[in-house]
Amino acid sequence: MSTLTEVANGIGVSVRRPDGIPKVKGEFAYSSDMWADGMLWGATLRSPHPRARVLGIEIAAALAVPGVHAVLTHADVPGRKTYGLEHHDQPVLAFDEVRYQGEPVAVVAADHPETARYAASKIEVAYEELEPLVDPEYALSDESPRLHPGGNLLRHVYIEHGPEPGEADVVVSGEYEVGMQDQAFLGPESGLAIPAEDGGVDLFIATQWLHVDRDQVAACLDLPIDKVRFTLAGVGGAFGGREDVSMQAHACLLALHTGRPVKMVYGREESFFGHVHRHPARMRYEHAATRDGKLAWIRARILLDGGAYASSSGAVVSNAASFALGPYEVPSARIDSYVVYTDNPPCGAMRGFGAVQTCFAHEAQMDKLAAALELDPVELRRRNAMTTGTSMPTGAPINCPAPVEELLRSVAERPLPEGDSGVPGGIANVTRGEGVVRGVGYAIGFKNVGFSEGFDDYSTARVRISEVRGEPLVEVHTAACEVGQGLVTVMAQIARTELNVENVLVLPADTQVGSAGSSSASRQTHMTGGAVQAACVAVREEWERLGAIGAGIEATREYHHRPTAALDARGQGDAHVTFAFAAHRAVVDVDVELGLVRVVEIATAQDVGKALNPLAVEGQIEGGIAQGLGLALMEEIQVVDGLVRNASFTDYLIPTILDMPPVELDVLELGDPDSPYGLRGIGEPPTISSTPAVVAAVRAATGRELRRVPLKPDDMIGLCGS
Amino acid sequence: MRLTCTINGEPREVDGLWEGESLLYVLRERLALPGSKNACEQGECGSCSVYLDGVLVCSCLVAAGQAEGREVVTVEGLAPSEDELHPVQTAFVEAGAVQCGFCTPGLIVATHDLLARVPNPTDAEIREALAGNLCRCTGYEKILDAVRLAAAS
Repeated sequence: MSTLTEVANGIGVSVRRPDGIPKVKGEFAYSSDMWADGMLWGATLRSPHPRARVLGIEIAAALAVPGVHAVLTHADVPGRKTYGLEHHDQPVLAFDEVRYQGEPVAVVAADHPETARYAASKIEVAYEELEPLVDPEYALSDESPRLHPGGNLLRHVYIEHGPEPGEADVVVSGEYEVGMQDQAFLGPESGLAIPAEDGGVDLFIATQWLHVDRDQVAACLDLPIDKVRFTLAGVGGAFGGREDVSMQAHACLLALHTGRPVKMVYGREESFFGHVHRHPARMRYEHAATRDGKLAWIRARILLDGGAYASSSGAVVSNAASFALGPYEVPSARIDSYVVYTDNPPCGAMRGFGAVQTCFAHEAQMDKLAAALELDPVELRRRNAMTTGTSMPTGAPINCPAPVEELLRSVAERPLPEGDSGVPGGIANVTRGEGVVRGVGYAIGFKNVGFSEGFDDYSTARVRISEVRGEPLVEVHTAACEVGQGLVTVMAQIARTELNVENVLVLPADTQVGSAGSSSASRQTHMTGGAVQAACVAVREEWERLGAIGAGIEATREYHHRPTAALDARGQGDAHVTFAFAAHRAVVDVDVELGLVRVVEIATAQDVGKALNPLAVEGQIEGGIAQGLGLALMEEIQVVDGLVRNASFTDYLIPTILDMPPVELDVLELGDPDSPYGLRGIGEPPTISSTPAVVAAVRAATGRELRRVPLKPDDMIGLCGS
Repeated sequence: MRLTCTINGEPREVDGLWEGESLLYVLRERLALPGSKNACEQGECGSCSVYLDGVLVCSCLVAAGQAEGREVVTVEGLAPSEDELHPVQTAFVEAGAVQCGFCTPGLIVATHDLLARVPNPTDAEIREALAGNLCRCTGYEKILDAVRLAAAS
């Protein structure tokens, strides 16, 4: 019998990923790599219009295409015709109306993917086109047409914090906009549905939350949940874009209808239509301060474009409100945060979840206020830094380490990069660099870890120890989705540490064990890590009691975070479990003749509580910064009159290895008093304040106001010789 | 249509192709070699990178028929044996350059190609050589580490 001692490859060590070797060999089975005997291919017909009535769908010509096995419409959905994370408002297949360009209307199964796509093009849909409602401000007004029975206002969160704002020494105001960002995970939406002998279906799928997918699909299929079994296939990135159902129900419908396995794989263009995006935002802020640089009050009005369907908009708009002020001590605030339906692409979860949009605005405001007060921007932030015990605008005090001042100091005191990093644009820049100006900018942000507002987002783990050839083997079974973040590595590390057994096998994630909740909200290491730890402790106690492993010892445990509460009518309530903080400093070179930016370096400091796997922590931070840089400088889904203009990697740009600068990291481990091992979620903070830091640096270089991201070359040119 | 070519050193023959299929599709769906990835199928992301007669190409942009009589090497063909990894593969695992891993096979092949041409590349040369391979997870820092590590090994 062993006790909790130093086992190899336990927590705190940079253990290499168990899936690393199959991934580098090309042997790891992603959802698009699935294959079954007799398999058919599915394809989706999507609406070309952002808003239209569906008058009729004629499928005969498609069915007549040789090789086609099924053509299904809304009439073939046996159960609930709609699905959705918060509201069941999104049709599995369109019935009365289409509300965004790319909405699924029919699905086809055929013996070759090209045959399926060709047949889909032969489906005749009679549409009566309607004027799309694309302006969120107009959608909010009384004059606009109602897109859904409950009206266009999806949710309004009002926060009343402290006394009514009054007179102040200095007031600065600004309007800010954030464009529609795409998660752009590389592995497209895909999966394989296999009809089962019991009348049910098995789906191998890339997702972020197996159980919530399963529950939605089972309702649409009109099957009991035990007949709808989901297994996680390899996931090629997620970043929020797999929280909503995409092809899950379609593939299952086709498989059940044809009695054959059906594989569906989106191409890149279809992927842009196949998942929700980051909400575009319009924000208006007023910041008031005393002459000596203490915040007096903040007013904020936030308007998010939710697009055609609700997805997780209700939670995003609430998060935008909760984190609208930034990590500062603010005596008084009034925040109105709205999200509306339009006929634009549906928006929902993406890394940072509402906090990204408002961080861009509140950090721009802090810089503007610093300029008005003739204070250093870091000094202004330090003077107003939140600490443990500071009241959130939602009323409850910050209950965890809030090292705002420390994080700012870390990035500010780091030496600035020296020397020439090459001109912006690289070899494509034909100037001698005479228009290049350097700028430095700072930003800090924070966000909740885990689901908020009273949601009990527990996780479940089953741990079994047995003896194989005289050696103990631990098996860990959860439904938690490994999406690339390294959860499989960390779960095994926890089991090794708790059971002092090196040989740990993490079983495939599926719905044969209880829910793990979502791989989102920076929560999975905290929540499923906590469940694995609890199950291991139970196994260890039983092992100690028995003194031997015998025929095997198994325990299943749930981990629940402390309860949270809903927000009341004034936006007050203990809504959040815990918080994560990061600061960024960006150094940029801007060619003000060509409108090109080269990010020279990003320095960051982040409190991770406890780094269970330091190498994986660094990877999350660096990768999150790349997405923040992308939003600052290049990433936007361009939507004109409800139509997406750039659904490709040719036209939707994500940072390449030439765009990303070196990242200088300071990882703090301050320990959360209320989490397993003191760890703190890490996935999202890198994406929150990196964007405003880059923009602040470009502002410093150009003197321009830069109130919208992503920046465009036109925003930066025209300074020279004037 | 029939395709005859050499893949990872072995002569292969595939019957019944539709003429519009890409080399990527044939590798993934007809030859059970799904290591080359289908992230964009537009030639923008590099995740389907393979060698065609020793030249690095995006297999999604190669019509299957263009591979007739030619030699293809995929990520599955780089390791010296079933139980061993190529040093580039080892370096990617060791450096933490793999997260979701969907870009990884393409980056492995592109790095293999770079180091065959430039055994000790500068950071600028690494960035230039891998600029056609998109990664959404890592921010590329650990990929740079992996290439430096592979070059040193």
